[in-house]
Amino acid sequence: MGIAESILLTIATAATPLLIAALGELVVERSGVLNLGVEGMMVMGAACGFVAAALTGSPWIGVFGGIVAGAVFSLLFAFLTLSIATNQVATGLSLTLLGLGLSGMIGENFVGSAGERLPSLYIPVLSDIPLIGKLIFGQDPIFYMSIALTVGVIWFLFRTRTGLTLRSIGDNHGSAHALGIPVIRYRYLAVIFGGACAGLAGAHLSLVYTPQWVENMTAGRGWIALALVVFASWRPLRVLAGAYLFGAVTIGQLHAQALGLGIPSQLLSALPYLATVIVLVLISRNRRLTMMNTPASLGRAFVPDR
Amino acid sequence: MRVELVKRPQQSALFSALSPFIALVLTLIFGAILFSLLGKNPFDALYFYFIDPLREMWSLEALTVKAAPLILIAVGLSICYLSNNWNIGAEGQFVIGGIFGSILPVMVPEFQGPLLLPLMLIMGMIGGALYAAIPALLKTRFNTNEILTSLMLVYIAQLFLDWLVRGWWRDPKGNNFPRSITFSDDAVLPKLLPNGDSANLGIVFALVAAVLAWILVTRTLKGFEIRVLGGSPRAGRFAGFSSSKMVFFAFMVSGALAGLAGISEVSGAIGYLQPTISPGYGFTAIIVAFLGRLNPLGIIASGLILGLTYLGGEAAQISLGLSDKVVRVFQGMLLFFVLGCDTLIHYRVRFVGFAAPKPVETPALKAAEGA
Repeated sequence: MGIAESILLTIATAATPLLIAALGELVVERSGVLNLGVEGMMVMGAACGFVAAALTGSPWIGVFGGIVAGAVFSLLFAFLTLSIATNQVATGLSLTLLGLGLSGMIGENFVGSAGERLPSLYIPVLSDIPLIGKLIFGQDPIFYMSIALTVGVIWFLFRTRTGLTLRSIGDNHGSAHALGIPVIRYRYLAVIFGGACAGLAGAHLSLVYTPQWVENMTAGRGWIALALVVFASWRPLRVLAGAYLFGAVTIGQLHAQALGLGIPSQLLSALPYLATVIVLVLISRNRRLTMMNTPASLGRAFVPDR
Repeated sequence: MRVELVKRPQQSALFSALSPFIALVLTLIFGAILFSLLGKNPFDALYFYFIDPLREMWSLEALTVKAAPLILIAVGLSICYLSNNWNIGAEGQFVIGGIFGSILPVMVPEFQGPLLLPLMLIMGMIGGALYAAIPALLKTRFNTNEILTSLMLVYIAQLFLDWLVRGWWRDPKGNNFPRSITFSDDAVLPKLLPNGDSANLGIVFALVAAVLAWILVTRTLKGFEIRVLGGSPRAGRFAGFSSSKMVFFAFMVSGALAGLAGISEVSGAIGYLQPTISPGYGFTAIIVAFLGRLNPLGIIASGLILGLTYLGGEAAQISLGLSDKVVRVFQGMLLFFVLGCDTLIHYRVRFVGFAAPKPVETPALKAAEGA
């Protein structure tokens, strides 16, 4: 395997969890809900996915466990913000704090144990094509899910009536309610979808990216996914581009650390976080454009007045 | 069953006072369930968490050491949150405060005397304030979301500290341990009690800061400005208040307090710099701020309660073999219940069945039926 090929492969592996989590959050935010608990749901997905795989010996059950864990965990957030109208920012934060604690407890007995790795796809002949063979036909199954998810989210949001309704709720929940659209039900489903995506992203981390359980192993990726949604101005294709950009930054700094260029490793490790700040500044600079792209009801509590 | 919220005509004073207590009771109940699930006697566990640490002088002193940074940080955060500025990067401001405050004792160890400590504390505050000014600047100048930027800066601050103590500031005589030189006596925060165990002046700083912040928020024009701009930026603008100046004010005050907490922790509790100087105080302080209902005096109480969970976690780990991870679950659960109970202040909660509610009989409806 050539160096270029392996670098491209690892970039895709690093980008996949960001992409999946950010796509989920994008749908949530398009429905007008700001869930800052992505980091918490992701780390829960990572812990539960790893434990489920370790207990059953099947990484596929692990993937399923991660998805379910993220979705169930997001219900907590949904109930508080949607049913009893709590502050979304504060509730999202508490979801992250609780998720980091709970996942530490769940995974405690599995620290350092060898994990089940989700096997990569292998198609004879096709996977052996030089350079592109492995990239297209030889990756882990979740990579293909992430691409399918991107296409699916684009189709759903912009090509279906339900997607249109979802976006209308995000832009004006009052009018949507007046039209008889069940705002809260839509938002519940969106939040659960976001949770399932974050859980899947977490399971990717603990079953593919680094098949082991380490406390706080998401290391801020949930937050970067949140930033990606803003960076992408709430468009799925731009989320894809952003996720791969961040994957490239992550892998680039890892390779730079391995080469030992005399740059402190901590500075290189800080690059993804620095890049997030810089990218956010660049994208938010244009106040009018940001206003136009942001779902107008984002983060505002909705209480139906019957 | 469905939950229905009915907006109260005005905030309920009763539930404003009661909601933190309801939240605490709910947390204790769910905590007891959690402990039973872990196979421990819930009463033993709750005893070790909340009663045992209060029985001896040395652990009461330890409680002030844990509560002081929580109160200091949370008081600053309350000013931020009241003015609708979402600073969640206090952990980073804490770290940078610790680093700035350590510049003199680490880089100029020959500088001694009674001036050293005050200078360190001031520099810690400046460091925290400057670091918090970054998200404020990005928010006001470039319209950047302060939640994400302040959080990213936490990771950057932690990595910077890691680099300092492994590289530039590493003690050359420290057997390659990643830590700075040990502070001289003049650079150590004095003990609270002359013959005391661990309590230091940090808790005094925290209490003074809480009282000052309470006066600021409730008794001054600036406090009024904070609350008006937090409640309605538009109304604030009509009143002639500058919202971008408020962003800087709120961020830098809370950064300075977090920085003070940082250098107090390094100088009072640790005595040198090491890769990790905080067990997540900056994040736990968010819970403290909300449990105290963003009231600086309430924060003193909630800071002591959350400080207690840290100590109780250690006690339960030693006595019952309970994982130290349980503490964070406990803290996260508490915040959930606090937020949920706050709904009771603004809304009446009604549980309604699945059946559609019957239309209310009004005179107009009767007339229509009769026609």
